[in-house]
Amino acid sequence: MYGKKVKLRILFISLLLVSVALSIYLILKSLEENVVYFLSPTEIRNLVEIENKKIRVGGMVKNNSIIIDSENVNFIITDFKNEINVNYSGPVPNLFEEGKGVVAEGFLKDQSFLIAEKILAKHDENYMPPEVAESLKDK
Amino acid sequence: MINQLGNYSLYIALLISIFVISKTSLSLRKSSITLSGNIFSLISVQSIMVIISFLTLIYAFVTSDFSNETVYNNSHTTKPLFYKISGTWGNHEGSLLLWLLVLTIFLFIFTVESKNLSQRYRTLTLFFQQIIIFGFLLFILFTSNPFSNLFPIPNEGTGLNPILQDPALAIHPPILYLGYVGTSIIFSSALAAIISGSINKSWASHIKKWVLVSWVFLSIGILLGSIWAYYELGWGGFWFWDPVENVSLMPWLCLTALLHTIFTLEKRDIFHSWAVILSITTFSLSMSGTFLVRSGILNSIHTFANDPSRGVFILCFLFILIFLSILIYFFYQKTIKENLTKPYLISKETAVLLNNLFMMFFLSVVLIGTVYPIFLEVINNEKISIGPPFYHKLLIPFLIPFLFFMAIGPNIKWINDKIGKINFTQVSIFIISIIVSYFFVKKYGVSYLLSLPLFILSIFLFFITIKDFFGKKVNISQKISHFGFSLLILSILLNGVLSKEFSSNMKVGDERKFLNKTIKFESIKVIKEQNYQSLIGEFNIKDENNSLSLKPELRIYDQPQTITSEADISSTIFSDNFLVFNVLKNDGFYNVRYQIKPFMIWIWISVILISFGGLISLKKKNV
Repeated sequence: MYGKKVKLRILFISLLLVSVALSIYLILKSLEENVVYFLSPTEIRNLVEIENKKIRVGGMVKNNSIIIDSENVNFIITDFKNEINVNYSGPVPNLFEEGKGVVAEGFLKDQSFLIAEKILAKHDENYMPPEVAESLKDK
Repeated sequence: MINQLGNYSLYIALLISIFVISKTSLSLRKSSITLSGNIFSLISVQSIMVIISFLTLIYAFVTSDFSNETVYNNSHTTKPLFYKISGTWGNHEGSLLLWLLVLTIFLFIFTVESKNLSQRYRTLTLFFQQIIIFGFLLFILFTSNPFSNLFPIPNEGTGLNPILQDPALAIHPPILYLGYVGTSIIFSSALAAIISGSINKSWASHIKKWVLVSWVFLSIGILLGSIWAYYELGWGGFWFWDPVENVSLMPWLCLTALLHTIFTLEKRDIFHSWAVILSITTFSLSMSGTFLVRSGILNSIHTFANDPSRGVFILCFLFILIFLSILIYFFYQKTIKENLTKPYLISKETAVLLNNLFMMFFLSVVLIGTVYPIFLEVINNEKISIGPPFYHKLLIPFLIPFLFFMAIGPNIKWINDKIGKINFTQVSIFIISIIVSYFFVKKYGVSYLLSLPLFILSIFLFFITIKDFFGKKVNISQKISHFGFSLLILSILLNGVLSKEFSSNMKVGDERKFLNKTIKFESIKVIKEQNYQSLIGEFNIKDENNSLSLKPELRIYDQPQTITSEADISSTIFSDNFLVFNVLKNDGFYNVRYQIKPFMIWIWISVILISFGGLISLKKKNV
């Protein structure tokens, strides 16, 4: 019916399509698993259930909330409506200060407690992460 | 007043651009085209105009002329001279002017070095390149003019972000841009060649030089950024899968694929269409890189501006260029004379094709990881970030077969080779690699499932590339680059597995134990520098045999008020000792981070080797 060349070409194209589909599937699947969502303290308060998934919380470091000992840094992130306690041990960025914007990445223990693995703050005195600015906007 | 000189020369360059575009598009109708000396001198004048305006801007920065808004926003009188100059491109407006500068200079070089090629091809390349130049001129003049005036003239500027005041970062943008902009020549010339029906061996051997140049600069540019991130950001890593890093990696991957394709095209006269598609893609990626970074969509220290009109302009411009090139590709595709000799499965051609497939896969992963969060935010306002696990999970499994094919591919002959002659040395090297990796993994107790095959293959590739230096008819440039790559993978792997980290909050006089070492925070002293105050901490790290003293620094800048930390790194050929510290509130605690990073220096060396291979290849007449 079809020539050998056509058959080969069909085989080639279908192989190509299958491998493209496969790699897209792979990519999407691991996207789903590795995406980190950004939430504000208010959004966390409104969560229905707490999943064991890595999240980012952004807001301001509350004044007089940083408590330090030799291992831990404890502080409170606020969006001026709700607050969340953060426990962290590890390196802290330069601009981590009370009254400045901060993003903490880690796992929620409950709706008012985050165990952070990473703290991000940006290297600019006026800088506020867009996510933080956004979540503070409708206060 | 001198400020206006730069502005006017840009307008002259714009006029020249319009004139050249209309002139060349008219002459293209004729069957025989000669590139008149007229056009050539116009292009020279245009380059000179852009150079003048760039020099004007540098002058304004050096003399701290605050009547210029760009200078006011990004400079300060107390800044050292070196950073006044590098501040010229350390901001949105200036960096675009630098893009333009490289664009025009590259076009000038192209017109000179392509003298004995077909006139039609030259004219067409010039035409497309002028369109790009025209777009950038419009962009600079109407949305981000570096020569806007300020009145009344302020007495003092607001200063350059201190984190950018660093030697590696001062030269990082120009080098990276040489790579980015080099791809514009490849783009224009591919379109020109497809229209004039001259996608062939001789086109390949001409454009190969430009591909190599862009590739070398891009590699070095990425390296510089990476080194800077290592010692300045204080995280102790060299690659964070940050969107802004990815944006420079994507054209690199594409360019690497193109490099291999162009060599094959030159040698074997195949892959014509594919070479064109890759040329277009590479440039589109460089442009979108500029778009993503400059538009403020990606938030990082690279984003200078948050003015939406700028983003929209680049987006439209990018869209027009891509649309135009796709259109041209479809209309003129017939002119490509594909060489349809039957390919053999076991041949170097297949190996190159495999390389390209893997590159495209790596590229798609990085592209999706970079772009997906932006889309999600636009579509349903969800804010997400994608971290290293995503990339590692998708890239590492595919890196394993990639390394295997990279080891055997270059040893396969062109056209047709036999599978039967798998040689004894390769097999024995493979067995040795298995044994070495087995003992290594066992000794260091690495438990990750994929690490054993990854070790085996990277060591395999490493040995094979060393062995290949002693073959007959050695293509030395390729060997060096491939050896560099194998060294890179191996050092990254060892670095990843063997790195050790310790962090703690310490006061002066405190002591902490880590592994078999004692870390002592001995003292702190304050020094006043030209435009910052420096806090230097003295740490002593002791184990049974030796003691090491590290002095990390905290710099407190007044203009703008910022703190940066400078890690102190002591490098040996086996390992880096990395120490950085930060202020934590004002009650005496400092946040200290100490890292042992094995084989760090080899990561840098291997990238230099990779680029060096490219440089050698450039010098050879025939590869």
